[in-house]
Amino acid sequence: MARIVAGVTMSHVPAIGAALDNGKSGEPYWKKVFDGFERSKEWIRKIKPDVILLVYNDHAVAFSLDIIPTFALGCAAEFPVADEGWGPRPVPKVIGHPELAAHIAQSVILDEFDLTVVNKMEVDHGLTVPLSLMYGQPKAWPCPVIPLAVNVVVYPPPTAHRCYQLGRAIRKAIGSYEKDLRVVVFGTGGMSHQLQGPRAGFINSKFDRRFLDRMTKDPKSLTRITHLELLREAGSEGIELVMWLIMRGALDEKVREVHRFYHVPASNTAVGHLILENVK
Amino acid sequence: MGKPNAYDDIPGTTVFDAQRSRQGYHLNMFCMSLMKSENRAAFKAGEPAYLDRYPMSKAQRQAVLDRDWNRMISLGGNIYYLAKLFFNDHKSFQHVAAIMTGSTQEEYAAMMLKGGRPPEGNRTLADWKKRERKKHG
Repeated sequence: MARIVAGVTMSHVPAIGAALDNGKSGEPYWKKVFDGFERSKEWIRKIKPDVILLVYNDHAVAFSLDIIPTFALGCAAEFPVADEGWGPRPVPKVIGHPELAAHIAQSVILDEFDLTVVNKMEVDHGLTVPLSLMYGQPKAWPCPVIPLAVNVVVYPPPTAHRCYQLGRAIRKAIGSYEKDLRVVVFGTGGMSHQLQGPRAGFINSKFDRRFLDRMTKDPKSLTRITHLELLREAGSEGIELVMWLIMRGALDEKVREVHRFYHVPASNTAVGHLILENVK
Repeated sequence: MGKPNAYDDIPGTTVFDAQRSRQGYHLNMFCMSLMKSENRAAFKAGEPAYLDRYPMSKAQRQAVLDRDWNRMISLGGNIYYLAKLFFNDHKSFQHVAAIMTGSTQEEYAAMMLKGGRPPEGNRTLADWKKRERKKHG
């Protein structure tokens, strides 16, 4: 049977991708960010997932204001890398896992999560930056990736509680897939940041560090966080943190924290990163 | 319109809710069109003519021509959509963030390096009013 072995969270700041793509990852400003992922690269080489389920948000690229799905599961065989206005990132195309994705869709919809099935979709930096942080610059991504795009652009995004519950449903779905696959779930976005208006540049390290602690030890308390608290305490774009709860819900309640990294700033954003393993 | 929203009490912040996404539909869809190179070329060839393709309000149109980012946001613009416009102008998120906060890019970058804008004094409208009073009193 398939099973989820670990979860990873990290920010997906576009400037991190640009720094890597433009050969600036060795510059002191960016080195501080990339150094935090050295251990993570080693870890994922050893863990070698068969499939990654990657929770992220689209940034007005694949989806526009025409259609705003709250949860959109990528069931295609492959996902081209989007041109976000300055040419596509020079990264490999993303290969999907249509069979497992379709199984997850069927299972979670019958579990009362009415997600949107997407059979054609380009993916933006929200999905490719996390892969770059974990794998560097390979010729091809080492395993298939199932994208799960969550609306966090148009308020309201799904609640933290709903996200956590979806994670539980995904865990059940993956656990009932009959092929022997080891799956790692990525929850991306955050941490505190605000990109708009006179309060732009907002960072709340105290909130972020407590959020990281609670992700590991007390995720259920995070499911009670309101959108108002996230907007006020983590910034208008920090509300992306609800996506981390999907990953967390997909893991066991008890997990082992393998790695943690926190750094301010990457451009306008606090970078937070966790690797959590199911204890078994 | 419904009741005022609790999040309207967060200072310097416009939450892009369903009402605003409706109000800003054409403005945002115009911005998104600039992801295609042929549209970028047409926009460059004549901004007013290109903007005629999108039935936005006069105020929205003027805010685009003026590159008045805060005004665009107040009229239903969303930052991820506006990003297509400022990328087209070869400006970065930090550049535009500095403008929106009324600081120079150097000041803004220095603030971020020092850990960003702190939560203390930036949580509620009352926080900002208090600061204004201090500044002027």
